[in-house]
Amino acid sequence: MSKLKVATCSLAGCFGCHMSILDLDERLFTLVDLVEFDRSPITDVKQIGYCDVGIIEGGVANAENVHVLREFRAHCKILISMGACAITGGVPAMRNRFTLKECLEESYISGAGLVDAQIPNDPEIPLLLSQVHPIHEVVKIDYFLPGCPPSADAIWTFLTQLLSGQPIALSYTQLHYD
Amino acid sequence: MNTLETVAESETLQRIAIDPISRVEGHGKVTLLLDENHHIRQARLHIVEFRGFEKFIQGRPYWELPIVVQRLCGICPVSHHLAAAKAIDQLVGARELTPTAEKIRRLLHLGQTLQSHAVHFFHLASPDFLFDFDDPVAHRNIAGVMADYPDIARQGVLLRKYGQEVIRVISGKRVHGVATVPGGVNKALTTAERDYLLTDLDQMIEWTQEVIKLMRQAFERNPAYFTYFATIRSNYLSLVRADGALDLYHGGLRAKNRRGGMIFDHLDYQRSFQVIHEQVKSWSYMKFPFIHSLGPDKGWYRVGPLARINNCDFIPTPLAEEERRQFMAMGQGQLIHATLAYHWARMIELLYSAEAIKELLHDPDILGGELVVRGEMAQEGIGVVEAPRGTLFHHYRINEDGLIEKANLIVSTTNNNQAMNESIRQVAERYLDGKELTEPLLNQIEVAVRAYDPCLSCATHALGQMPLYVELVDEESGAIVDCLVRDADGTFRNRL
Ligand code: SF4
Repeated sequence: MSKLKVATCSLAGCFGCHMSILDLDERLFTLVDLVEFDRSPITDVKQIGYCDVGIIEGGVANAENVHVLREFRAHCKILISMGACAITGGVPAMRNRFTLKECLEESYISGAGLVDAQIPNDPEIPLLLSQVHPIHEVVKIDYFLPGCPPSADAIWTFLTQLLSGQPIALSYTQLHYD
Repeated sequence: MNTLETVAESETLQRIAIDPISRVEGHGKVTLLLDENHHIRQARLHIVEFRGFEKFIQGRPYWELPIVVQRLCGICPVSHHLAAAKAIDQLVGARELTPTAEKIRRLLHLGQTLQSHAVHFFHLASPDFLFDFDDPVAHRNIAGVMADYPDIARQGVLLRKYGQEVIRVISGKRVHGVATVPGGVNKALTTAERDYLLTDLDQMIEWTQEVIKLMRQAFERNPAYFTYFATIRSNYLSLVRADGALDLYHGGLRAKNRRGGMIFDHLDYQRSFQVIHEQVKSWSYMKFPFIHSLGPDKGWYRVGPLARINNCDFIPTPLAEEERRQFMAMGQGQLIHATLAYHWARMIELLYSAEAIKELLHDPDILGGELVVRGEMAQEGIGVVEAPRGTLFHHYRINEDGLIEKANLIVSTTNNNQAMNESIRQVAERYLDGKELTEPLLNQIEVAVRAYDPCLSCATHALGQMPLYVELVDEESGAIVDCLVRDADGTFRNRL
């Protein structure tokens, strides 16, 4: 049987969810035996080719995030929204209480000890969205794996059940939002 | 400052965007502008990410900070947790923590440094040292290491695991746990927890020594490359202990100039923002900090492992101190400016962290005692730590209801912003200028950036090798003159 292909990616997240995948520790060696990683923390990336499973960390905060997310959806049979940022927007979405202008001005205009205060606006940097969105507002998601980040044990249970075709059932202690 | 930062006649030049993370991450990219003779006229590293933390934290209660702010970075969350906690200690008037609280926090921080340095070296950078520089691109990655050097890959995984276990035991979780409370910590260690952490520690120390040996051999094999590649002569900034020792958790600010002279020393970090200012540039979301008295052109500096080893007078653990001496001997009395020496310095700190963890685990204070002190509330607090990637500043002001009014952060990678830009310009000038576009040339820019272990490189390289897509565009007609694509399997092709 050919190995299933898995890809992962980080949008507006902190990379903590990816760190939790690395927290599989020795199980990483088992995992690379079970699946072929397309884009992943542990092997070289292959083409953003067609994958069986795609795992997304982080919400959508700029135009580039939207583009990447759509690419992933188009290339993955099963798409998983991992962690609070992807599922709810998470901490980055705390900026939604303010206008984007207010946020930019606080960082680049009114901060203390600034020289050449200005809002960066070069065409080289991607356009920010006025609000940070959870990813299911942009594309269809097949599974949500909550946590900030989900624990390595939860990720392991989830992946092994998914890969063996069982229904997903996280135990009471693994299903957490913190 | 290098002259390649801004070119006047940019419209007439060809643009090359090295965007290794274009379709995946979106955290950073490099652009080059070239004239018709392939001379590089402008080179810039752009940071394309913006969070707005300084605004959205306003109006929140101060005690939420360590929990919220660590979610800016999942790779070194403990550093943010601790920098915020130290600022909050000021707010709640905890002038001096209890021995137990201070030592538990230190232990946590060392666990963090150990795991972060291990990830960077083993998972991201080790292929550069284990394989020759002309090793096939497709093989020059962690998968190649797992296949060819399974023992080293295993050591990397287990070293990181060890650091993460220190963090979990203290803070309850490996990523985004909670250990601090205003004025202290929420628990001490049990003897069972201490014994558990002592079990594998000697093995970890042994492995870190082997890695340093590996690093030294790499330098000895190719001294010219390691000495000059991406090298810039810069100022250095870090915390040092009162007696001049390396200290990652606490101390005064020390800045040295490129000749090793002191710019300031043992400066109380509550005065940080009097000496460090930031410049904004239109083309990056990351600001450019500099030492105020020297101005933006001369006042930029480097932080992180290389800065700390250059700045400290000694390392307070014996094995790492011996390694520091050997490392500094390279400079024959001068500071070490080699950018690739960051890797070596980082591994010396890996050893220091493991040794210092051992000392603390044998200290009875970590097993119990008073956990929290409180004093008179203040409205302003600054917390500074040496995060794995360098000096990290948190500054908060609260109102009389305890809600945050003003927040200002300078994160470690930001401190290296100008330096990373200077390093890629050095590479552009020295190794790329006047040449045709080829894979190894562009790859060298990535190698330069990676030495700093910036968060954007973590993002890029932790995900494995990104497809790389370089376009040469005729500015006038907008037509694509040339286009180089690095496929996922590492092969390069010309798309035109
Ligand atoms: S869910 Fe938590 S751990 Fe994951 S990216 Fe967001 S803040 Fe980081």
